[in-house]
Amino acid sequence: MPVTPAIAGRFYRNAGKGAWIVWDLDALLLARTQFAFTVSFHIVFPAITIGLASYLAVLEACWLRTGQSVFRDLYHFWSKIFAVNFGMGVVSGLVMAYQFGTNWSYFSDFAGSITGPLLAYEVLTAFFLEAGFLGVMLFGWKKVGPGLHFFSTVMVALGTLVSATWILASNSWMHTPAGFEIIDGRVVPTDWLAVIFNPSFPYRLAHMVLAAFICTALLVAASAAWHLLRGRDNPALRKMLSMAMWMLLLAAPTQALVGDFHGLNTLEHQPAKIAAMEGHWENEPGAGVPLILFGWPDMAREETRFALEIPRLGSLILTHSWDGQFPGLKEYAPEDRPNATIVFWSFRVMVGLGLLMIALAAWGLWARWQGRLHKSRPLLRFALWMGPSGLVAMLAGWFTTEIGRQPWVVYGLQRTADAVSPVGADQLGISLALFVVVYFVVFGAGTVYVLRLIALGPVPHEGEHPPRGGPGQPRTPARPLSAADERLSPATATTRG
Amino acid sequence: MDFDLPFIWAVIILFGVMMYVVMDGFDLGIGLLYPFVRGKVDRDVMMNTVAPVWDGNETWLVLGGAGLLAAFPLAYSVVLTAFYLPLILMLLGLIFRGVAFEFRFKASDQRRHWWDKAFIGGSLVATFFQGVTLGGFLQGIEVVDRAYAGGGLDWLTPFSIFTGLGLVVTYALLGCTWLILKTGGPLQARMVEIGRPLTIALAAVIAVISVWTPLAHPEIAARWLGWPNTLWFAPVPVLVVATVWQLLKRLDGAPDASPFVLTLCLVFLGYSGLGISIWPNVIPPSITIWEAAAPAQSLSFALVGALLIIPLILIYTAWGYYVFRGKVDASQGYH
Ligand code: HDD
Ligand code: HEM
Ligand code: HEM
Repeated sequence: MPVTPAIAGRFYRNAGKGAWIVWDLDALLLARTQFAFTVSFHIVFPAITIGLASYLAVLEACWLRTGQSVFRDLYHFWSKIFAVNFGMGVVSGLVMAYQFGTNWSYFSDFAGSITGPLLAYEVLTAFFLEAGFLGVMLFGWKKVGPGLHFFSTVMVALGTLVSATWILASNSWMHTPAGFEIIDGRVVPTDWLAVIFNPSFPYRLAHMVLAAFICTALLVAASAAWHLLRGRDNPALRKMLSMAMWMLLLAAPTQALVGDFHGLNTLEHQPAKIAAMEGHWENEPGAGVPLILFGWPDMAREETRFALEIPRLGSLILTHSWDGQFPGLKEYAPEDRPNATIVFWSFRVMVGLGLLMIALAAWGLWARWQGRLHKSRPLLRFALWMGPSGLVAMLAGWFTTEIGRQPWVVYGLQRTADAVSPVGADQLGISLALFVVVYFVVFGAGTVYVLRLIALGPVPHEGEHPPRGGPGQPRTPARPLSAADERLSPATATTRG
Repeated sequence: MDFDLPFIWAVIILFGVMMYVVMDGFDLGIGLLYPFVRGKVDRDVMMNTVAPVWDGNETWLVLGGAGLLAAFPLAYSVVLTAFYLPLILMLLGLIFRGVAFEFRFKASDQRRHWWDKAFIGGSLVATFFQGVTLGGFLQGIEVVDRAYAGGGLDWLTPFSIFTGLGLVVTYALLGCTWLILKTGGPLQARMVEIGRPLTIALAAVIAVISVWTPLAHPEIAARWLGWPNTLWFAPVPVLVVATVWQLLKRLDGAPDASPFVLTLCLVFLGYSGLGISIWPNVIPPSITIWEAAAPAQSLSFALVGALLIIPLILIYTAWGYYVFRGKVDASQGYH
């Protein structure tokens, strides 16, 4: 019997188990893959946007205070990269706003009364920013006074943080729902403050904003290291490296601390996720829980194979006592367990890279003290290699959080399998393939462009010839990408006039 | 005092979509007209006429999506699922269009034609599938138990393909008259030439849809033809005829702003016509805005932000158009 996708979807929902379940799970898997793919692409751009916006604000403050031209040169160099990155964040975000309906329609109907307004606020914030202050920030260097320009830069930086706050409130609410009632099988908000400041929100916000700062600091440091390693040297490059290493020194250890608190919070609200992260299956009566450094959590065998353990450390970290216990995976029914194999490893990737970042920051401090920060080749090489590690750790963190939440989409309220739209696997397959191709072409081109901009390096006195255009400048576009008017080919060089 | 929140939100979303259709319509139209203009200089000028504004135009689409989720989550989930493929294709088209806009100017002469093609293709795909979605929407969506109950390709009918093509014609005419307004010389003359057949085609599209929709949907026929509704709604078709007639006349005269304004009127009238056919349903044929609305707590919470920020966006938009007023020609470079 030919079965339409929608029928298959409903069949699963009604019958629970049956012949069509295979088909339905395929669609679910495709929908999840597509969401993970598009959101993973998207989040890379906002992370850099958030970090760079604040960096630019700091640069401009330093320029206004000290009058040293390096700060202005750096401002103009990084604002071009900011602009391109921002443009790609917007285009990839456009897709995200629609996917809750196209791919997670039951989720939208069930929880849209809460996630909808929060998303609307995110979009409104982004627009407001885009419409007003961004144009002044990118093109208004000579159009408005220094005070107003600085104000615009600060507003853009604040705007990205506010935008992140809204979207993370929404995401955190899905992990630790609060401030609502369920009426007629749907969520109804009763207390918006409780919705927004739900139990995991402060931790997630702090952790993600720090992640954005770390990603950016590592990118800036790696760019400086790349130039310095090639024998280019100028005050701007040194300043860039120095500032990035201070940021890293501040943010990386703080991130570990915040991550620890975040984990304790998760233990309280989503203990199954912690059990999966630790590869912890069961407690032995009265004994402390070891920390499994490495191993292979095997979902079928219900054990962590090849485990390399440190006795009692698990108890110490998570309960702050020698023999405290916390739930193991076996305390949950098999269909309620997240995939520990993935979560265990993505968590270790994040923490491992986090520790390397702390090492890099410490090494940087030591080299600085020796006066060799921009000369030590091993250090510069390390910094170069660590360039993408912030983004990798951030993605690994998101994978831990999101996959650890499974099988729930709204924790304890709605299962992911019940959230997915009644769209057939065939259509999902087509759309996923299209997304993969288009994203790699489009964002690949964008990334290459950013890398080329970085390779040009900051130019001394660049700040004296800022890009023209924007409000008040007839016929020059006031849009992010045009701020990065770079001479990448002879053709554009001549049209610059 | 009690506000009818779903009604207010419906007005906001209708307004947002209208802004989107009008504003993104003419810049998608530029992409649709690209194949009819060959020279690089003319193409540059065409793009320059919309370069300062297009991405602000697109933001209305995002606002429409987020607003729909916030205010009418049921409609958001059902409509977006029902039109899964056309919407995804539209988004991908918009991505290509948006990026081509930027990279076309940064590419070398040898590479530029790739971005030109991406621009044309993106505009065409985005427009066509928007029209298809519109047509599918008018046909009605099968809903059982608050979920889309139709098949994956239900949207694909002769009617929706026709509306897809119809929207291509609409946006092309918007783009064409926009260029008449914003350019001069041979490019403008070429647009005047294209304008006539496009106007006639659009009039035909409107006529066909006006006959096809009531024939296929008795409840829509009843709405338009029942007394005294006929009396109230009669101005719409009358005005459409008058506008088309004026438009054809003005295209013969000295080229100026009037064709663009008249086309805007035509689009607005067509949009009102569709609104009359559907109102007060947010999911045709039978789910009203009140049935699909989010709880009052959500509507009022989101409304605060919308009412604060939308006026600011409007002011800034108006200022942007004001700054970039006047004709564009080849001597005024983009960069
Ligand atoms: C931690 C921060 C963060 C996270 C987790 C997300 N975003 Fe994002 N998003 C931003 C931070 C951000 C930003 C920094 O605020 C951006 C980048 C460029 C911009 O305009 O705002 C943005 C842009 C952006 C836009 C474009 C707005 C515009 O046109 O200006 C949309 C529609 C979304 N996002 C939607 C989403 C959705 C649906 C997400 C979740 C699945 C999401 N974002 C995750
Ligand atoms: C931005 C960084 C994010 C990344 C990298 C990320 C990653 C992921 C991944 C990998 C999945 C698939 C999990 C699985 O199915 O096994 C997922 C699912 C999901 N995430 Fe996130 N996520 C992010 C942010 C968000 C945010 C901010 C929201 C909501 C506002 C969100 C909502 C969802 C939803 C609705 C799903 C689908 C249902 C599910 O599988 O749980 N995510 N995400
Ligand atoms: C070094 C010690 C670190 C610890 C102990 C730590 C701890 C954690 C924990 C426990 C979670 C899961 C939260 C949940 O239950 O949902 C998490 C998530 C996450 N981590 Fe880390 N983390 C560390 C380093 C890093 C670094 C260096 C980055 C990136 C630069 C990072 C980025 C993230 C992100 C983006 C998430 C997902 C969002 C969230 O839930 O906050 N983490 N981290």
